[in-house]
Amino acid sequence: MKLITAIIKPFKLDEVREALSAVGVQGVTVTEVKGFGRQKGHTELYRGAEYVVDFLPKVKLEAAVGDEIVERAIEAIEASARTGKIGDGKVFVYDLEQVVRIRTGETGKEAL
Amino acid sequence: MKQWIVAAASVVALALSAIAPTVSLAQAPAAEQKKDAAPAEAAKPAEVAPAAAAAAAAPAPTPNKGDVAWMLTSTALVLCMSVPALALFYGGLVRTKNMLSVLMQVFVVFSLIVVLWSVYGYSLAFTEGSGALSPFFGGLDRLFLAGTFTPATGDFSMAATFDKATPLPELVYVAFQATFAAITCCLILGATVERIKFSAVLIAITIWFTLSYLPVAHMVWFWEGPDAFTSASVVDAVNAKAGLINQWGALDYAGGTVVHINSGVAGLVGAILLGKRIGLGKEPMPPHSLTMTMIGASLLWFGWFGFNAGSALEANGMASLAFMNTFLATACAVLSWSFAEWMIKGKPSMLGAASGAVAGLVAITPAAGNVGIPGAFVIGLAVGPICLWGVTGLKKMIAQDDALDVFGVHAVGGITGALMTGIFNAPSLGGPGVTNWVTMKPDAYPGILEQFIIQAKAVGLVFVWTAVVAFIAFKIADLLVGLRVAEDEEREGLDTTYHGETAYNI
Repeated sequence: MKLITAIIKPFKLDEVREALSAVGVQGVTVTEVKGFGRQKGHTELYRGAEYVVDFLPKVKLEAAVGDEIVERAIEAIEASARTGKIGDGKVFVYDLEQVVRIRTGETGKEAL
Repeated sequence: MKQWIVAAASVVALALSAIAPTVSLAQAPAAEQKKDAAPAEAAKPAEVAPAAAAAAAAPAPTPNKGDVAWMLTSTALVLCMSVPALALFYGGLVRTKNMLSVLMQVFVVFSLIVVLWSVYGYSLAFTEGSGALSPFFGGLDRLFLAGTFTPATGDFSMAATFDKATPLPELVYVAFQATFAAITCCLILGATVERIKFSAVLIAITIWFTLSYLPVAHMVWFWEGPDAFTSASVVDAVNAKAGLINQWGALDYAGGTVVHINSGVAGLVGAILLGKRIGLGKEPMPPHSLTMTMIGASLLWFGWFGFNAGSALEANGMASLAFMNTFLATACAVLSWSFAEWMIKGKPSMLGAASGAVAGLVAITPAAGNVGIPGAFVIGLAVGPICLWGVTGLKKMIAQDDALDVFGVHAVGGITGALMTGIFNAPSLGGPGVTNWVTMKPDAYPGILEQFIIQAKAVGLVFVWTAVVAFIAFKIADLLVGLRVAEDEEREGLDTTYHGETAYNI
């Protein structure tokens, strides 16, 4: 089992969700985050005070998936989140040790 | 300790209120309309008995209902300028963790000053003083507003306006001026936000109100009123009873000096003594809600019609001129600040437009009933870029943390307006000129350079006076309770540490 974390541009969220659904990923957790990589921020001006704002709003998606669909899930995210312009984001894959469905107590692959 | 002080203060207040009604009313405030003041227009032939003089005496003039209605309305408009307008304007500019501290300081200071005004403030500002202090302070005839209403007879005392035989109930004038005193004190708070102790605010403002606002208001605005100018021979004696700056002939319609320079300089002094906010220049501290700031600025514009046009004291042509000047100059300043910012910084901002409006309102304050439409255009267009410089270039030069630019907008804008008032009051430049109070003709303008110098003298005196008093006021507060909050309190925010509340529980 793997935990896929993806940082994407906020307006891409719906597209990525649909693409993941199409490859069989049924659950996703979404957080609003701020961050920067190589994409530059912007400058804000309040009377005489200038602020360089490095952090840009992004969306973080997390999905726990079975090993057999990891590759297709990563491809789905890449294809749907890409704009070709700087700041598209990144995908991180972690090994997932255990999963539990709280309602039923199921564990492992049945809980995905 | 605190309870002891509260108890002692209550006893003193009770004692004073017992004494107040017995204060002699024989030395009535100079602005009070006397019942038999209306001169008899006697053209009677010599053979009529001397008793004809008494029979010919006209009945005392009574207040005009339109004037009273307008003035009461104006008073409510100016209240609105403090709460909520100024509170929101300032509040939106600070960080969320300090929003309530700003709202609280404005709300409570406003209320405090209205109470102090009713106890001693009005009396010391707007009655005739005695002896050497008379050009600077009034007397105690109106302590606790004694004499403004006499229950036994149902009589209301009268105050003067700018026309002869046109009285206004004195209580209306008391209330109107109370809102001016209160908002002036609230303006100072913008310089000291996010790091000053609440108790220090109350102490410093009380002292500054007593020793700077009251005498400056007396110096600039106290006079006997037009009815005292019965003939050319009494002019010098009547003028000698007026406030010092009024005697000089300085023009300040609604408080360019009394309100804006007075508070702007005091705010800067407070900011200097407090020191800069932690993290200034390194940590981001952008306004948390420019939406609130815009609401505040808009309400300020709305209420300012009461501030400026209400300073006509009558519902007449002069009030209309003051109204239109206020309208036009402000709109001009919004445009000139926005366009200047667009050209210099590349983008016109909402904060810039709102600040431009306030700068225009400030600058037209001394000018509102003292200049014509051409003056409104020029003052409004000029003050935009001037105050933009005040909050950027000048602010960098001063290198202090006047957090919300009280000096850059109110002092710089007030000085600009006060000086330009002297110029654009000229009839040749469309202004209404200066009134000869004996003949009631507007032909007493001394000349552009002469009036400019008078204005400059007024600006200079007020600037120095308020700076010195503000220094004393903040220093005393520092000695008594300490001016600044602790570092960890400043980092956490004043709302939770000093008021036990959070503004946004989202």
